[in-house]
Amino acid sequence: MVEVAAVVGNASSQHHSGRAARRIVEDARERVADLIGAEPIEVVFTSGGTEANNLAVHGAWLARRADRPAVWLGSTEHPAVRDQAAVIEAEGGRVDWVEVDPAGHSVIPEIGPDAAVVSVMWVNNETGAVQPVAEVAQRAHDAGALFHTDAVQAVAWLPVHFHDSGADLLSLSAHKVGGPVGIGALVATRAASPTPVLVGGGQERGIRSGTLAPMLVAGFAAALAETVAEREAAATRVAALTERIRHGVGGISDTRVNSVAPVSPAIVNVTFDGLRADDLLLLLDAAGIDCSVGSACAAGVSRASHVLLAMGRTEADARSSLRFSLGHTTTADDIDRLLHVLPGAVERARAAGGVSG
Amino acid sequence: MKVLAAMSGGVDSAVAAARMVDAGHEVTGVHLALSRNPQSYRSGARGCCSLEDSTDARRAADTLDIPFYIWDLSDRFATDVVDDFVAEYAAGRTPNPCLRCNEKIKFAAVLDRGLALGFDAVATGHYARLLPGPDGPELRRAIDPGKDQSYVLGVLSAAQLAHSLFPLGDSYKTDVRAEAERRGLSVAAKPDSHDICFIADGDTGGFLDRHLGEQPGAIVDTAGNELGHHPGTHHFTVGQRKGLRIGTPAADGKPRFVLDISPVDRTVTVGAREELAIEALTGIRLTWTQHPVTEPWQGEVQVRAHGEPVPARIAVRGEHLEVELDEPLVGVAPGQAVVCYDRDRVVGSATIAATRRVPAPTEAGAAR
Repeated sequence: MVEVAAVVGNASSQHHSGRAARRIVEDARERVADLIGAEPIEVVFTSGGTEANNLAVHGAWLARRADRPAVWLGSTEHPAVRDQAAVIEAEGGRVDWVEVDPAGHSVIPEIGPDAAVVSVMWVNNETGAVQPVAEVAQRAHDAGALFHTDAVQAVAWLPVHFHDSGADLLSLSAHKVGGPVGIGALVATRAASPTPVLVGGGQERGIRSGTLAPMLVAGFAAALAETVAEREAAATRVAALTERIRHGVGGISDTRVNSVAPVSPAIVNVTFDGLRADDLLLLLDAAGIDCSVGSACAAGVSRASHVLLAMGRTEADARSSLRFSLGHTTTADDIDRLLHVLPGAVERARAAGGVSG
Repeated sequence: MKVLAAMSGGVDSAVAAARMVDAGHEVTGVHLALSRNPQSYRSGARGCCSLEDSTDARRAADTLDIPFYIWDLSDRFATDVVDDFVAEYAAGRTPNPCLRCNEKIKFAAVLDRGLALGFDAVATGHYARLLPGPDGPELRRAIDPGKDQSYVLGVLSAAQLAHSLFPLGDSYKTDVRAEAERRGLSVAAKPDSHDICFIADGDTGGFLDRHLGEQPGAIVDTAGNELGHHPGTHHFTVGQRKGLRIGTPAADGKPRFVLDISPVDRTVTVGAREELAIEALTGIRLTWTQHPVTEPWQGEVQVRAHGEPVPARIAVRGEHLEVELDEPLVGVAPGQAVVCYDRDRVVGSATIAATRRVPAPTEAGAAR
């Protein structure tokens, strides 16, 4: 990292420091491509998962909307995909939704011939539900549509091979694999050339303009390499820990686990009847345990998770649900502490009142 | 103690939270989202409901390095404060929503939830003092007479006060601002809030129009002569002079004021300033900051947040509070709270239900 940090050149420039910067970026590009089963030319670096998702869906729709005005979006997508619906509709497009079953897995849609792009995430970030990516990709291709998958949550725990996945477009984020914040990638086949959503100097195949930071790109590649090397062992270790959470939660009355196989080994989403998830989060936070509720508006007011609502849960259920996400640094001791604290915290949060109170 | 610091995003509550941290308490910040549309930005005026305020509150909590949460109390606020505000105006009364919010939200819904979650007390940036007394904590006026907020806390019960903390009661506002600056709190220079937080543009009449619609009626004098028309009694409050829009001037040429509002026949009665003066009032919905006081006492009453206290004889008769004023008050409207003091100590409060006018001077008196 010291070597990279010393490089201040512009990777698009012709001079010496530009060449040095470019070498770092291209080395990283080759490394990332190799790690996810793609060719280097297919790796387009972005500022992160959000930009990759916008470029993939909005960009692909812009490129093809003349004869294909529709997009299909998964109903449980991250807002970086889901909220593009409003943008695309405002620009005259049509949005259809890929619904999910009560377990949160996508129902294979009947896609019409006017679809430009279909986007279904690989792993849901709230429930961990692993989506039938290959099947949806096949259905999209049968209809002549491109297929995009947001693999931001997947790549840390599951084997992700771009060419084998059936995807034409795939989003990655460095910080979800322990890399730096502020860098990610859209992997795009040569044929899938989305229209740029940011215009400028034409870097990154002319798809994504802007000067890249070699330090971030190199950090991304290094973190991804380490993740992939340790992925199988880490997934096995973390799966055993989430299994303990499932078992522990099962011992608390009136709870339901919303994370159903096939599922990420790193996420357990639980509904605790009769409490506000906000209150349970506060109590666990005070005990030194981090967890998350669905989502929040700009002012920070928590909202019912759109993922759980899409799975057919009620508003009250959604507001009583909490997500436990495990990472590479999560230890068995952490789980012991969680399971020690959780029953009392649930009891106390229930005493403080349910979501209607 | 485990203290829940209510943080509005303003300078006072930020300094209050900071002082609780300094005092060694385990402090958690909580910002109350009271609006159903917290996206709204306000400029010029300050309120409790804007995105900017929640951001400022979070920033202050981060500076203090304390946990911070946002509690969505918009449903409770809509029912207990906003709906109540509209209903009171519809009934021809003049409510104080800040008082209602303290009574039903900050020191009720928030306090109850906090206690259930294991907190010991709620701390706010109100300017008032709580001093230990033989009968429990005594609520007293702040030392800064310009900022004293004991009036809007006058509705709190002994049980609520037992779990309340007001760390700013011993301070002057100017010192609190300087302290915020010294502590590196970015809200140090933020202007004070004055308006009703849920009426973003400050247009109370327009807000009530949207909720109640136009309900035109007559403006009459005390003899029953019709002087003009109005778009709804909710545009008026007793003692109001502006906005009457009466064409013909009074016979004596003096300005006219709203004396009475009758929502049933939508009549607004106007008259001279002298006719506004009251010498006694009756209150309902009594609250006590300690045990209820059964014996009459000579104390002071205050009927507005920034009004001057007036000496009075105060007594409880059954469910009612009877107040005989030593000096007349003007512009006292049903619906306002009367807060009763014993010197600087808040004894209790009531909602004004009726007033008794100072009798008109006799012919002999007028001739003298």
